[in-house]
Amino acid sequence: MGTRDCGHLSAMAAPAKGEAGETGRWRTMRPVVDHTKCTAAAADSLVCLRCWCYCPEAAIEKAVPIEIDLTYCKGCGICAEGCPSKAITMVPEVECEDGE
Amino acid sequence: MASRMAAAADTEVQIITGNQAMALAAKRCRVQVVAAYPITPQSQVTETLSEYVAAGELDAEYVNVESEHSALSVCIGASSVGARAFTATSANGLAYMCEPLHWAAGARLPIVLGCVNRAMAAPWSVLNDQQDSMSQRDAGWIQIFARNNQEIFDTAVQAFKIAQTVSVPVMVCYDGYLLSHTVMPVDVPSQEAVDTFLPPYTPHTILDPADPRNLNQVTLADPRENEKGVLCHGYMELRYLLEEALEQARDTIIAVDEEYAAAFGRSCGGMLWTYRSEDAEVLLVAAGSLASEASVAVDALRADGCKAGVIGVRAYRPFPKQELIEATAPAARVLVFDKSLSYGNEGPICGDVKAALYGSGSHPAVHGYIAGLGGRDVRAAELAEAVRRDAAKGAVAPTEWINCRI
Amino acid sequence: MSYFSSTSPGGICEIRWHGRGGQGAITSAKYLAEAAYRAGFRGVTSQPSFGAERRGAPVTASTRLSPEPLRTFCRVERPDVVIVLDETLLDCADATDGLEDGGWLVVNSPCEPGAIAADGRFSVATADATAVAAECGLVVAGAIMVNTAMLGAVARATGLVELTHIEETLRDKFPEAIATRNIEAARAAFERTRL
Repeated sequence: MGTRDCGHLSAMAAPAKGEAGETGRWRTMRPVVDHTKCTAAAADSLVCLRCWCYCPEAAIEKAVPIEIDLTYCKGCGICAEGCPSKAITMVPEVECEDGE
Repeated sequence: MASRMAAAADTEVQIITGNQAMALAAKRCRVQVVAAYPITPQSQVTETLSEYVAAGELDAEYVNVESEHSALSVCIGASSVGARAFTATSANGLAYMCEPLHWAAGARLPIVLGCVNRAMAAPWSVLNDQQDSMSQRDAGWIQIFARNNQEIFDTAVQAFKIAQTVSVPVMVCYDGYLLSHTVMPVDVPSQEAVDTFLPPYTPHTILDPADPRNLNQVTLADPRENEKGVLCHGYMELRYLLEEALEQARDTIIAVDEEYAAAFGRSCGGMLWTYRSEDAEVLLVAAGSLASEASVAVDALRADGCKAGVIGVRAYRPFPKQELIEATAPAARVLVFDKSLSYGNEGPICGDVKAALYGSGSHPAVHGYIAGLGGRDVRAAELAEAVRRDAAKGAVAPTEWINCRI
Repeated sequence: MSYFSSTSPGGICEIRWHGRGGQGAITSAKYLAEAAYRAGFRGVTSQPSFGAERRGAPVTASTRLSPEPLRTFCRVERPDVVIVLDETLLDCADATDGLEDGGWLVVNSPCEPGAIAADGRFSVATADATAVAAECGLVVAGAIMVNTAMLGAVARATGLVELTHIEETLRDKFPEAIATRNIEAARAAFERTRL
């Protein structure tokens, strides 16, 4: 089967988690969430969610508490940088329990 | 204000410049977004369209921009959300559009661009040759040349239909000053007639917040499955589709011209036009007003007993290969007059003619001529004289420059 | 019409206009093309000289008329008719350069045709278009617009178009009051042209 069946005349894609492949394999630093500091978790409501908004890989679920899909999280650290309550810390993969 | 004189039913003759013909055609095609930056000799196109919009005669968004790069970028955005978009430029303005030109073609957006052919700087020249559009021939656009103001109007209307049929942008090329600033009679069809000929534009994809998608995103070398598991094009597949569309555009260009002839009683010739070529032993090939001038030379040559004819290259991309093979079949000599150069090689049309004939079984001598660069006047008598001189040349001859007094 | 047996290619009458930037030579060249279309010519073109023009500088425009649609757009070098909107250009702009033997030289001048320095190879017509235009109130920002009056002189001298064709063209170009003044000027110049 060729690509003609996709029916596209030009390049297009729905913005979706995993659009650029399994980018989780790019990660050297892992975002670790302290839910006690998270604004959304504290309010038990879909508020703040800057991490969800800014994640370039759409790897963060819009949920309370937030969930980061490590299959696609590439470890860029934008969520940690943007978190107003400093609830996300970037930890070297090698220091994580399941790290290699 | 242009004069209006009744012609056939449902049309009126106006004595107008090529630029006015182009602007009027865009209006008749109900363009919805116009973004253009004025540059000599194109300026009257933008001025006329802005007047139409300001007077409420044209229901379009006229976007003032700070450069030609922005002008075409605005058209790309407009076309992406489903609007019929138009721009026009010349020479250095077209060069400044180089990057979005490639983008518009790769994104398969049916934008129509009026290219008022002008010489490229340096040195500065506002006068005519065809180096500007020739230098963009590989951007993936359809390029069609008009030989007079009537053809500018007719080709522009056809261009919108061709563009939206094959989802490829179309450049309508016409000679600066020689046509852009010269008034001549143009038979202008009514709005109703053009509405009947040109259906509204339905985009192949559309930017819509309710159905978000990334358009023309980073595309890797190899095909890849999307989020739904559907195998999507890699870069090469998309380029193959663009080339396929350009090839299919041959049939579309011919069909749209035939439809136009049926609707309005005038054909522009499809891929190319010929003049007294049926029994011609020598053929003059050129594009735009130069080809029209060549037809006057042919009358003089015929009066002297020289069986000459003209092939007017109308579609330059896609190139009329098959039509050229057929039209040159009776000829022993083909003289190609280019108003531009592929520096270090030869005139671009000349090179393309040679390539088209290679292996076709038709082997006339093909001789290249460079004429009319930077507004140098080209007279029919000079073309006829070149044909007479050419008889002494062998099968292969170096490119000759007409009226270059170096 | 003798204009069509000249050396011009394909039976075309070629006309060159000389004026100064701002006098309306380019505009009247267009109007003549349109009047000629109304007169039945199917090939009419008019073009300015290509380049940088400024107010006051010598400018030229050209008009071609043919019974058949025109296929030539190159420069006019051997005109059958030369029209001069400003007498001073006769000396400084080589106005008669290339003018065909037996062609017409139509000059805006208060003088008799015989007083125009010409070598006798062509016919000379004069009309005091400046006086006519001033009488008709064709003054824009202090400048007397002689171009429409000159159209009357051209019609009278060459017979290429009738006065009615010029009148129809001018009526189409201007609001009624202004059209009337321009038509009046064309008519007066037509009457007062000296051959």
